[in-house]
Amino acid sequence: MRIVRFLAVMLLFAAVTVTPAAAKDTIKVGALLAVTGPASFLGAPEAKTLEMMTDEINKRGGIMGKKIELIIKDTGASPEKALSFAKQLIEEDKVLAIIGPSTTGETMKIKNLAEEGNTILLSCAAAEVIVNPVAKYVFKTPQNDSFAVIKIFDEMKKMKISKIAVLSSNTGFGQAGKVQIEKLAPEHHIQIVSNEVYDKSATDLTAEVTKAKASGAQALLNWSIEPAQSIVIKNARQIGFKGRIFQSHGFGNIKYVAAAGPAAEGVIFPAGRLLVADVLPANNPQKSVLMSYKRDYERKFKEDASTFGGHAYDAMTILTRAIEKAHSTDSAAVRNAIETLKGVVGTGGIFNFSPQDHNGLSMDSFVMLTVRKGKFAILGN
Amino acid sequence: MRSRIYLPLLIFIAALIGVQQITSYTGTAYYLTQLTMAAYYCLVIVGLCLMIGYAGQISLGHAGFFAIGGYLSAFLTTYDLTPMKDDRIISFLAKAGFLWTREDLYGGQMLIFQPWAACIAAVLSAVLIAYVIGGPVLKLKGHYLAMATLGFGTIVYRIVLGMTALGGADGLSDVPPFKILPFLEVSGEMSDRVQNYYIAWGLVVVAVFLSLNLIHSRIGRALRSIHGAEDAANAMGIDTARYKLYTFVLSAAFASVAGVFLTHYNGGIGPSEASIMKSVRYVAIVAVGGMANLWGAVVMGTLLNFLSLRGYFGTYDDAVFGAILIVIMLFVPRGLLHMDIVRDLKALLSGRDEEAV
Amino acid sequence: MNIDLFFQYIVAGVTYGAIYAVVAIGFNIIYNATGIINFAQGEFVMLGGMTAVTLHHFLPLYAAIIAAVVITTAVGGLIEILFIRWLRRPSVLRVIIITIGLSIIIREAAMHIWGEGVRALPYFTGTSVTSVRLGGVFISPQVLWVAGITALMVAALNIFFGHTLTGRQMRACSANQQAARLCGVNAGNMVTLSFMLSAAIGALGGCIVSPITYVQYDSGTPLAIKGFTVAILGGLGNSFAAVAAGLVLGILESFSIWVLPAAYKDVVSISVLLIILFLRPSGIFGSAETARLKEF
Repeated sequence: MRIVRFLAVMLLFAAVTVTPAAAKDTIKVGALLAVTGPASFLGAPEAKTLEMMTDEINKRGGIMGKKIELIIKDTGASPEKALSFAKQLIEEDKVLAIIGPSTTGETMKIKNLAEEGNTILLSCAAAEVIVNPVAKYVFKTPQNDSFAVIKIFDEMKKMKISKIAVLSSNTGFGQAGKVQIEKLAPEHHIQIVSNEVYDKSATDLTAEVTKAKASGAQALLNWSIEPAQSIVIKNARQIGFKGRIFQSHGFGNIKYVAAAGPAAEGVIFPAGRLLVADVLPANNPQKSVLMSYKRDYERKFKEDASTFGGHAYDAMTILTRAIEKAHSTDSAAVRNAIETLKGVVGTGGIFNFSPQDHNGLSMDSFVMLTVRKGKFAILGN
Repeated sequence: MRSRIYLPLLIFIAALIGVQQITSYTGTAYYLTQLTMAAYYCLVIVGLCLMIGYAGQISLGHAGFFAIGGYLSAFLTTYDLTPMKDDRIISFLAKAGFLWTREDLYGGQMLIFQPWAACIAAVLSAVLIAYVIGGPVLKLKGHYLAMATLGFGTIVYRIVLGMTALGGADGLSDVPPFKILPFLEVSGEMSDRVQNYYIAWGLVVVAVFLSLNLIHSRIGRALRSIHGAEDAANAMGIDTARYKLYTFVLSAAFASVAGVFLTHYNGGIGPSEASIMKSVRYVAIVAVGGMANLWGAVVMGTLLNFLSLRGYFGTYDDAVFGAILIVIMLFVPRGLLHMDIVRDLKALLSGRDEEAV
Repeated sequence: MNIDLFFQYIVAGVTYGAIYAVVAIGFNIIYNATGIINFAQGEFVMLGGMTAVTLHHFLPLYAAIIAAVVITTAVGGLIEILFIRWLRRPSVLRVIIITIGLSIIIREAAMHIWGEGVRALPYFTGTSVTSVRLGGVFISPQVLWVAGITALMVAALNIFFGHTLTGRQMRACSANQQAARLCGVNAGNMVTLSFMLSAAIGALGGCIVSPITYVQYDSGTPLAIKGFTVAILGGLGNSFAAVAAGLVLGILESFSIWVLPAAYKDVVSISVLLIILFLRPSGIFGSAETARLKEF
């Protein structure tokens, strides 16, 4: 009896083998995004952005007359799922390109897979290891972490700050930043007098900022992407820390400013220009792209557009441009086309790709921002 | 008697071969990828089933043992020892054949541990840790046991997440393939897919074989007596503590072996493998299978992991497992694949007292 | 370490401790009435905070908090009626698994309702930068609110369980349900009531700590683990001891970052828990005698 039931279940496996035949005249694009789980603040806006763009492109009649078929898979930020889904996308769905994953850990685990499967990977994760060493089929859209760190250090030099306390969270984002800070500090003559890592779900960081304050630092540099970053500034001000507070580009979410209230005033951080799109001068080349993305996203989803969704926007833009340029949906041709793309205006900056540079952004993709009266403003303006 | 125990095992092996043959004839060999990964999770589940179903001890920290196995072998096979190669211990290890050199991403030479050496070290560590903490942990009962195992799992998760050497939130990548025999290799290469399917399921078959033997031996009877009434078992002169510890260590060994092999298969590991949610999933699967039902656990473990890894649950992946836990525990606490499921449901509806699980 | 710094750490510890204690008290109420550990307790805290933040868009702060507490209380009662009440003599293992399942479902539901965003109530007094200065030590007024309300809660619960009929009936159910039933206590209602009470306390806790800690769909589970740790440290079922244990653990965590990287803060507290479990399962303040008498 038990054996019969067992066999029935086993047969069920065999039965799942029917896959619907795919329409021939579409361009298949896969997306591996952490829509749920610990990195959902990245994956959720990315997925929404991609859905929005795909609708829009298809409404316009697609690319070269072909519609885009978007296959989004939620990895929940776990590499084992990313790997399993990547294999499905490459082998079964035979996608032209994969957008994502949202995190560096996942990207690094499928980098070889994309390379061997000749599938273009447009990662939405920031770490430099993704594109250095360069893999033929692997690209990324977010700015390098080192750009952000250098921007901050340059600003510190202007303010004559030389002793800083560093705080970071135990996420991929926090740790990648910490590594760059530690590496770049000596050459910028910045001394790290206190260096603390805290948990991403930390609810109060008084003890950590107390330690930082006691170290005699002139400024606090926090590198994280969670709510903890507004807790840091709140607690620092509560215990009477008077120095400057710097944050990473992860601070680019107005919700965190709102959550921190007055404590957020005067915080300095680097970010893409999306956050200050409305105050950019009209002659800024990114202005129109930024404004239209922001407007469309906010109208459709009733929430603020974030720079993370912007990474997915850039990935899709680059892909469509490359397909048009190559006038082909052959992965090798499109890949070659990406390497020749110059001056593509995205939300993160202006992309200039080359065979050696699979990120295509430069230092000036970041601009230093601050918080003035609960709003983002360009520093020094 | 013996043949009745092993008959299902033979059918199981036949079914495994059958599935592989079907996928190869229908050109759907890609299903083997997820089936292989599911097999490694099944290995954890077989061990956990012994713990929960037969010894009656809950563990909410089994992902911890999986992670110890996976992370240790990943670390040892990716950590470059070149700067220390003149160290006496390292040069001894190199001479004894524990180490080898591999070309890294940038084309440089890395001196790293052989996968088999790393595997042995990883599994031994997991077993040792299980043995050391097993003593005091298994003295606890009920909520305290649940909390202690949950605590263990949390500590492993925190350490994995906190240590830069283990890659923090990004985990470890670029783990080399594990050559078991000259023609047998654990790797994610597409060309190795069929052999990896058999390696993975071979391990499950071995684990099930060992477990069946255990269940039908004196130890198994002792375990069931622990589950039924521990004090009575103790009074009968059964060394309950020893048998519980024995099962705990064995299940930790299964989990760590699964961790080692899946890490080589995936070419890396991330902290999600150590998370509490993973431990809870394992418990959920054992519960669906029917607690003291090894075959139920294997079947449900394969099915649910396969569906999850195929992405059928979408953004409801965790919710599905939560719902399963509630529904099964509420309505059919003895599992879905139970012979008397209809009777159970009737008893439930008629409002008769059911036996405690 | 100078003296100001020392006290600043103490204040940080008290803040953590009060938060953990609020969660632990919720655990204890249900445990006292039923002998069940409700693994979904952290979700009550999250639900309370989330609901209050949403309601605060239309209602003044105090009304939003009251409404959130009422709603969460109803959810707590509903959960008991739907998932616990009709189980007859369920085993510990079964109830643990059911409540774990519930916690996952509530969390996932919250994610689909509210999204992944972070929310917070405004500070009850002043703003995020306001602090009271005592010598060289700075204290946020919200910490005083948390400490004060926690103290009030413990006092009220003590009166409730010690001096009211309903409270004593609830205690009777926990000691021996069958005997209580024979004495005419409606045990089923008592259990429902305990779930509602603990949901209410969790929700109130969620509201008062949300300006400090923020609230997010997944903020329940880490709090539950800490709260559980504190409940066991203090000795299951004892609310006064839970507060004391919360403070001990909070202060320990706050000082631990002086010697260990902050990422291992949880490792410290859970290691303490394991050691206590191994050496003295009745908790620091619990009596070993009563612990042995209880059924697990």
